[in-house]
Amino acid sequence: MSHKTIINIGPFHPLQEEAEFFQLHVDGETVIDVDVRLSYNHRGIEKLDESKTFDQVPFVVERVCGICSASHPLAYVQAVEEIAHVDVPERSLYLRTIVNELERLHSHLLWVGLAGHFLGYNTVFMWAWKYREPVMDVLETATGSRVNYANAKIGGSRRDISDEQLREIDKVVGELHRPLDMLTNAVLDDPVLHARLKGVGILSPEAAKAYGAVGPTARGSGVPIDVRRDDPYAAYDLVDWDVVTAPGCDVFGKAVVRLLECYEAIKIIKQCIKQIRPGEIDAKVESIPPGEGIGRVEAPRGETFHYVRSDGSNRPVRHKIRAPSYVNIPTFKASCIGQQIADVAITLAAVDPCYSCTERMCRVVDADTHVQVYQFADLVRLSQQKTDRMRRS
Amino acid sequence: MALTTWALRKSLWVYHVNAGACNNCDIEVLALLTPRFDIERFGMILVGSPRHADVLAVTGVCTRQIMPRLQEVYMQMPKPCVVLAIGACANAQGIFTEAYHMGAAVDETIKAVDPSAIIIYVPGCPPKPEAMIAAAVKGMEFLKTL
Repeated sequence: MSHKTIINIGPFHPLQEEAEFFQLHVDGETVIDVDVRLSYNHRGIEKLDESKTFDQVPFVVERVCGICSASHPLAYVQAVEEIAHVDVPERSLYLRTIVNELERLHSHLLWVGLAGHFLGYNTVFMWAWKYREPVMDVLETATGSRVNYANAKIGGSRRDISDEQLREIDKVVGELHRPLDMLTNAVLDDPVLHARLKGVGILSPEAAKAYGAVGPTARGSGVPIDVRRDDPYAAYDLVDWDVVTAPGCDVFGKAVVRLLECYEAIKIIKQCIKQIRPGEIDAKVESIPPGEGIGRVEAPRGETFHYVRSDGSNRPVRHKIRAPSYVNIPTFKASCIGQQIADVAITLAAVDPCYSCTERMCRVVDADTHVQVYQFADLVRLSQQKTDRMRRS
Repeated sequence: MALTTWALRKSLWVYHVNAGACNNCDIEVLALLTPRFDIERFGMILVGSPRHADVLAVTGVCTRQIMPRLQEVYMQMPKPCVVLAIGACANAQGIFTEAYHMGAAVDETIKAVDPSAIIIYVPGCPPKPEAMIAAAVKGMEFLKTL
């Protein structure tokens, strides 16, 4: 006999780092439908950017997502550089690559740890986060902060990395090989992890393409899509590396992709440190002409896309952000349905969803509580009133 | 000293709420649990329910959508309890002050339901884990004076 129920997860749930709300429609133990309701984290960054000058915006977009805080500013400055036709100095391209790959290392290790935590393997959580700390240390040495790097700047980089710091980075990422081997072997050889991850959360290559999945989510389904290779930016076309894909299309595949990408990141960083030459790090952009530009960056979670339009003033007229989680989250529809409830947590986590990137707001409806209901028109009105207030003050 | 405050002097349990943060403070809060910082040496752990918690660690700007939910979570906590407002956003909404989707700041939101709430501010964007540990220890010291 079938027994259909709805299971609510969120908005605050011990497994989730952020506030998000899922409704699982289940029949017995099997998930038959999933509904994702977001916008708890929406902060109106695109609108906020229109009130900032071009040079201030990188600091705002850095806070779109704390984990991709090198990718978002880079995508934004690339968009602005496309408007202003800037030739970025080569040393700065390498610096950007180094910081972005360090970020990928820390983000993937973070995911491996959290995935272990979701599965009840807290040892993996502790290990992965322990080995992540040296990466955070070199990021702090090189950029001044553990997580908000303030590295990218229109026309170059804000801060140079000294030879001594480069040697330190080289040493630390070199030493990361051994713990990574240990972690990779622990994950790939563990029979329990095989049983929990293999054949779970299947996202077929066709479904991945249909939903427009990007990053490790798509590569874990055997779709070789990577902006770093398809539309090279920074110094990715100057170094030798491979796009990692995995067959299997399941959560295991996504884990394999992330672990192997850590090795690629180390390879890229080591080559950059070898090839980087002394020189200018800033093209000193004077003004931004009218026009529009796009910037694409392969963030740890997939392609980050920024669109910027300028009217020749010192502020962007429109800034559009499409974060990777925004296109990866709908794949839940393909990967969660037909799963057991117990497998849903890891299937949701396998995408490494980042809600602070994703939150959009069109309409907020909550039928049960007395939460205010906003239509999109109300939001536009609120926003316009705010701009009006600020203009007058 | 009342029995409840006496019991609060050690081993504070923390419930973490993301009230619209960018994840930076959240990953630093999680980093507190891991071997480098290991906040469990103070007897502190993250718990899964506000009803079990002595400390409410709030990160983020407190968006309109979150406001009533944050108040509800706070009301569910046994009193007395301490609120840790972690990061520039939780302190005063940071760079998002001017955005249209902001509710009130975390302290105003909580004081709207409990004017006598104890709030500890941890500045920084994000604060370093060491700063969070220092704040937690200050919170313990403060509770001893109650």
